[in-house]
Amino acid sequence: MNAFNAVLLRDLRVAFRRWSELAHPLIFFVIVVTLFPLALSPTAAQLREVGIGVLWVATLLSSLLALDGLFRSDADDGSLEQLLLAPVPMTMTVLAKVVAHATVTLLPLLCLVPLSALSFNIPLAALPTLALALVLAAPTLSVLVALGAALTVSLRRGGSIVGLLVLPLTGPLLIFGTRATDLSVNGEPTAAPLLLLSALAVLAVSLGPFAIAAAVKVGLE
Amino acid sequence: MPLKMRLDLCYSKTKVNPIGCKNDRVGHNPRSTGASLLLMTEPALCGRELAAWRGDRCLFERLHFDLGPGQLALLVGSNGSGKTTLLRILAGLGLPTEGAVTWRGVAVGELAPDERGEIAYRGHLEALKRDLTVAENLSFHAAVWGRSQPFEGVLAELKLSGLAHMRARYLSAGQRRRAALAMLKLSRAKLWLLDEPTTNLDREGRGVLAEWVRGHLRDGGLAVIATHQPDEFAARGALMIEL
Amino acid sequence: MKLPRWFHQLGSPPYVYRLAEALAPWLGGIGLALLAVGSFWGLVVAPPDYQQGDSARIIYIHPQTAYVGMMAYVVLAVAAGIGYVWRIKLAHAVAVSAAPIGAWFTFCALVTGALWGRPTWGTYWQWGDPRIMSEALLLFLFLGYLALRGAFDDRDKADRVTAILAVVGVVNVPIIHYSVEWWNSLHQTSTLFADGGPAMTADMLVPFLIMFAGFTLTFYWLLLRRLQAEIVEREGSARWLREWLAEGAR
Repeated sequence: MNAFNAVLLRDLRVAFRRWSELAHPLIFFVIVVTLFPLALSPTAAQLREVGIGVLWVATLLSSLLALDGLFRSDADDGSLEQLLLAPVPMTMTVLAKVVAHATVTLLPLLCLVPLSALSFNIPLAALPTLALALVLAAPTLSVLVALGAALTVSLRRGGSIVGLLVLPLTGPLLIFGTRATDLSVNGEPTAAPLLLLSALAVLAVSLGPFAIAAAVKVGLE
Repeated sequence: MPLKMRLDLCYSKTKVNPIGCKNDRVGHNPRSTGASLLLMTEPALCGRELAAWRGDRCLFERLHFDLGPGQLALLVGSNGSGKTTLLRILAGLGLPTEGAVTWRGVAVGELAPDERGEIAYRGHLEALKRDLTVAENLSFHAAVWGRSQPFEGVLAELKLSGLAHMRARYLSAGQRRRAALAMLKLSRAKLWLLDEPTTNLDREGRGVLAEWVRGHLRDGGLAVIATHQPDEFAARGALMIEL
Repeated sequence: MKLPRWFHQLGSPPYVYRLAEALAPWLGGIGLALLAVGSFWGLVVAPPDYQQGDSARIIYIHPQTAYVGMMAYVVLAVAAGIGYVWRIKLAHAVAVSAAPIGAWFTFCALVTGALWGRPTWGTYWQWGDPRIMSEALLLFLFLGYLALRGAFDDRDKADRVTAILAVVGVVNVPIIHYSVEWWNSLHQTSTLFADGGPAMTADMLVPFLIMFAGFTLTFYWLLLRRLQAEIVEREGSARWLREWLAEGAR
């Protein structure tokens, strides 16, 4: 078994041993999505307009929740420094961890979002585009979240800062994602924002691991 | 004025061959003489002008040493004297304020991933995932270090065979320390950097560790051990570094 | 890589401190003078814009502060990057000094943008305007940098971790900027710079540029002064500093 798979499987195994914690981001998502209509009391049409934005923002916020499993718990028990010292390029290790984290955190969320979309009166026909946009945004989002986790890995109370660091960087994701969904609801071609999301994903996955590995290395010094 | 601590170095009688510690990396030039080729393959750890500061406090400075195959260096000093800092610098986990550490002539921070595999560092943290079993932890470690191998023998030596399928969270401190030692053995590294490895170990465990260190040195490995009980590991020709 | 001598000189705190001491008064003097001249010219002398009337006079302040804010972030990222790669502490000091100044300029850009918005759109804030949005995100990037800095106890670690953040941020700034513009092009809301901006005649262009130069020089003046303070804080009890201060006291 090569090192990438080993790290990936280990992280997945550890996450599933604590499967009750996997539910937290999902519950948070549902709560946020419930709070908005509560606060806005919108009409059916307003609901649809607001819904897309609410869903995307709730997704972004929920993805910030399960960060500990990425680096902090490994840093706390010494596994992270062993990974740094191991004869594997850290960028590969980081990529494996990001993939594991995305699978465990984002994948369930991605399944939940289209269901919630129905509750916001978003037409069924728009759901595939919504799902596709989320899938295309997921790599970038995972990389950004991992970057936030890596930058704060050595801080005792880094949790509160991560949102501050990561959320401004997710602006473009939000813009393209909501736009794609919007267009799809109106029945217009959605190629442009989807392609832009893909471009961001490629950029994030190719360059992100280097920044994340550097941040981990500096953080553990 | 910042507080400075005096550093005492005493070289043993058998001086290490300094050839292994050139500052420039020997290139892969096919026209190299046989002697140069030997340089590249000679495992050696060298520290030059090492200094470390914690804020305004100097932990150590002007530290020089050469360590060759089969050599042991013992780091002794009171708590907070910088032993952990020095070991981490040797492992490449931290940067010295001044100076450089080289392994086989290459700066430790610039080693290629496969070359890194020759150095094993065991610090205070055991690197065991609490939710995985001992066996799962060990096989992960072996897979990442590229040396998937059966570890039943190692577990038996450490009297951990019965605990192989127990989750690490249920182990006692001493058992976790033994599991960490198993990982050390499995990494098959040439250079062992151990930070107070006898912590939490009972007499039997310490015996096994001392035996392993002796065997490791006999096989041409190197070791730097920070310890409060240097007599456990003292060997002929060991370097004493007092911080 | 063999680096030129002046590069190494610029890594020496005493050298840079003395250089700053010599340059700063000039930058400050000329910069503030330009600002005074430009403000008077723009706010009093120049003719009102035929489209937006007197409110367009904000064009002598808003774009300049926005531009300086963005330039500050680039300075921050480049300095932090240099400090990270070549391990030059002084470069990190430059980055740290640039951050609060850039944040303040960006904040002023947002405030002046809001003041401009009031007569133009009827509200102080128009979420649709791309410049405002990218400036707001830029402000958040500054605040994130400052927050992360403050969270570390160890200054060297803070320097290097925030350097990574700064470099990632600077890569993101054009992405954010263009994505917001693209987003806005679909919404067609009126912007501060509709159709390329209020048509600028020559007698508007000159004070516009004067203010640009003034704000830029003022930024560098402030940067040098902050850098000096940062050097003093980092060098602390270094001998050259004590001698310098003793000299100054005499």
